[in-house]
Amino acid sequence: MSGAHAHGSAVDSLFVEAESAVHGLAPEAKLVALVGFVVAAALTPRTSVWAFGVYAVAIWLVVFVSHVPVRVVLRRLAVIVPFVIFAVLIPFIGGGEQTQVLGVSLSVDGLWAMWNILAKASIGATASIVLSATTRVPDVLTGLTRLRVPRVLVAIIAFMMRYLDLLVRQLGRMRTSMTARCHDPRWLWQVKPIASSAGALFVRSYERGERVHQAMLARGYTGTMPTLDRRPATAVDWSRAASLPLVAVVTLIVAVVL
Amino acid sequence: MSCAPLSVSQLRFTYPGEHHAALDGIDLEVTAGERVALLGPNGSGKTTFVMHLNGLLELQNGAITIGDLVMSEDNLREIRRRVGAVFQDADDQLFMPTVRDDVAFGPANLGVAGDELDRLVVETLERVGAGALIDRSPHHLSGGEKRRVAIATVLSMSPHLLVLDEPTSGLDPAGRRELIDLLVSLPQTQMIVTHDLPFALQICPRSVIISGGRVVADGPTRELLADTALLAQHRLELPFGFDPTRV
Amino acid sequence: MTSVLAMHAPDGFLEPAVALVTGVLSVVVIVFGLRVAGRELGDRQIPLAGIAAAFIFAAQMFNFPVAAGTTGHLLGGALAAILLGPWVGMVVVSVVVVVQALLFADGGLTALGYNVLNMAVVTAFGGWAVFRLARRFLPRNSTGVVGASALAAGVSVVLSAAAFSIEWLFGASAPVPFDTVFGAMVGVHVLIGIGEAVLTGLVVGAVMASRPDLVAGAADLDAEQRAQRGKVGMKPFVIGGVLASIVFATVVSQFAVDNPDGLEKVAIDQGFIESGTDHALDSFIFADYATSGVGNETLSLAIAGLFGTVVTLAVGFGLLSASRSGRRAAAI
Repeated sequence: MSGAHAHGSAVDSLFVEAESAVHGLAPEAKLVALVGFVVAAALTPRTSVWAFGVYAVAIWLVVFVSHVPVRVVLRRLAVIVPFVIFAVLIPFIGGGEQTQVLGVSLSVDGLWAMWNILAKASIGATASIVLSATTRVPDVLTGLTRLRVPRVLVAIIAFMMRYLDLLVRQLGRMRTSMTARCHDPRWLWQVKPIASSAGALFVRSYERGERVHQAMLARGYTGTMPTLDRRPATAVDWSRAASLPLVAVVTLIVAVVL
Repeated sequence: MSCAPLSVSQLRFTYPGEHHAALDGIDLEVTAGERVALLGPNGSGKTTFVMHLNGLLELQNGAITIGDLVMSEDNLREIRRRVGAVFQDADDQLFMPTVRDDVAFGPANLGVAGDELDRLVVETLERVGAGALIDRSPHHLSGGEKRRVAIATVLSMSPHLLVLDEPTSGLDPAGRRELIDLLVSLPQTQMIVTHDLPFALQICPRSVIISGGRVVADGPTRELLADTALLAQHRLELPFGFDPTRV
Repeated sequence: MTSVLAMHAPDGFLEPAVALVTGVLSVVVIVFGLRVAGRELGDRQIPLAGIAAAFIFAAQMFNFPVAAGTTGHLLGGALAAILLGPWVGMVVVSVVVVVQALLFADGGLTALGYNVLNMAVVTAFGGWAVFRLARRFLPRNSTGVVGASALAAGVSVVLSAAAFSIEWLFGASAPVPFDTVFGAMVGVHVLIGIGEAVLTGLVVGAVMASRPDLVAGAADLDAEQRAQRGKVGMKPFVIGGVLASIVFATVVSQFAVDNPDGLEKVAIDQGFIESGTDHALDSFIFADYATSGVGNETLSLAIAGLFGTVVTLAVGFGLLSASRSGRRAAAI
């Protein structure tokens, strides 16, 4: 597990190359749609089970249109598993009115809570996965800039994403060289060599930061990132992207009114 | 004009907190359009010298003139436009999310924008034979591609002097040959720091050896490389079997 | 092990009101933090903070052994604060948390408010506060910095868990009483805190050994003090950490279970009891689940009040010492 994590490329595995209506949308429209959809889902009362059905159908329809393979989405949904485990425990430890299921006493409110977390977490995570699978990182950054997210913040994110894989690979190489010299720790007090290599990685990263800063100065950087954006979203982009949150908001309103 | 002469006189520099001078009185004259190799062992002061040419280290002693422009705090911006520095690790040079943004970074800082910027980026990438890479992420490029894009990031600022630090390091033979073809085709005055002596011989008619912060030799590359005593004295070595007089 | 409890809460974990309030708070802190970080780092801010964020992200991906095949990973809030200073550290960890939610689906977008607050703001400033306090009692040398880092990192994780529990009180989405959540969260995070303490101490130690000038938390030491390093074996270090945590956990649980009167008094002083009896207000401010049908609702409120105060004090003290040492940190 550590091997797969340490040597794999975190950033490259995000985007799924395909031609689709979803891939082609302007990134800022997709970002707004994502946030609108997830917020609407989070605000929906847990008892409106049908509403979550609508959200699930809507977001999986988008997955289908985007040509992102279902197994890719499912595999990346694994990040919410820890909280699924937590959610499944709630009916057992929850208080209030109890119900008997197969001879086990479960909290009714606890079951609703479990449902609430599972439904909202999986819908939210699926929507995020659709965004990163259909939008390249540079385009996400462009979208954030167009949505007036502070430029400094977007630039910091950009540098992080640019150098993340490089650092992960460096750490992986350090780990490999340790394994090659038969260091295979199993206990916390044997962790020193690994932690030392993390310390060395920090020093290297900081020094790279300083060299990058010099490379920026050498090309006329004075402290503000230049504006490089040229092609904002069209009305068509906005109207297409709006369909997802629109469905969600209408569903939310109906769910709350009913 | 796309190339400018370089004049360096009595350049001295000591890093804060250190006793030994990193540069101990460098004098150098380079004529417009010349390609000069800068040779020397590790720690000889080459990198310190290169950083001075771009105003990345503050001038302590001596003078640097590029064309008709004297290096000073006031005209740093213009100096940095005229001097294109390509650093050793291309991953330091290519910091933007896409090749397009990286090549646009310099000219955009100089105020170029809109269609003019677009055209400039496309033209510059075509110039270095990397037009097809425009929308790629820098970390997806091969070593040779990275190097050519790194050169494009400074060419887009229309420099008069190119300073390259170890441009052949980490390149495979084909990438190295393509780099040579590119550098030879560029009209700019070029200062090339390198440990790759055959590379220096192939593209630089003249070489300068820096050792201990001073210029210890300055002359035709072929002659310097044939002087085995001189090379040995400054920890420079030719590859096994390489004879500079027979190339 | 810790990957299960890395606290990247998903959407729907706490009620929308808490998500909104913590969201607004986080936005304000990040925007202000960006300005302070900009003052401290100048035009180096973007490349340095960006690459430091990549470092924290990479360190979180890397698994360390904990015991017999189980692995954990760094959370890095206190580490970032000690290496980079609390403001820059907080910004850096916030960026990591935001990107993990937006692009990696790790943590919900609507949960970003409390995730940023718990994982970046509380750990960075709480960790910095403990670090500054511990430095006063430890020798002024490299060993002192490493020891303070370990302590700060361990406590920061527990503070983060306490902060989450208190948010649970205000916006629980499930009928699990505050006491249970608090006990479970703090209990488990005391264990995680040991790992965080050991790893953070070692990483800071490694940086102190090669580039002590890069450790913002050691900016007040001169060259000679930086060079002074005591030799502490790994086993005593780990065992000492475990013992300290057990003592801490015992004290907390004793306090909570056996001494409700003392806590009640605190709660009355703090005005929590009144809000506990006002039902209209109660159901508005606190989620019904956390307090109704629990029986010892006073006790939950009291623990929450106490630990809310502790977390707030820690973060407040961290902020205060951050602003005082900000001028020195600017010199790094």
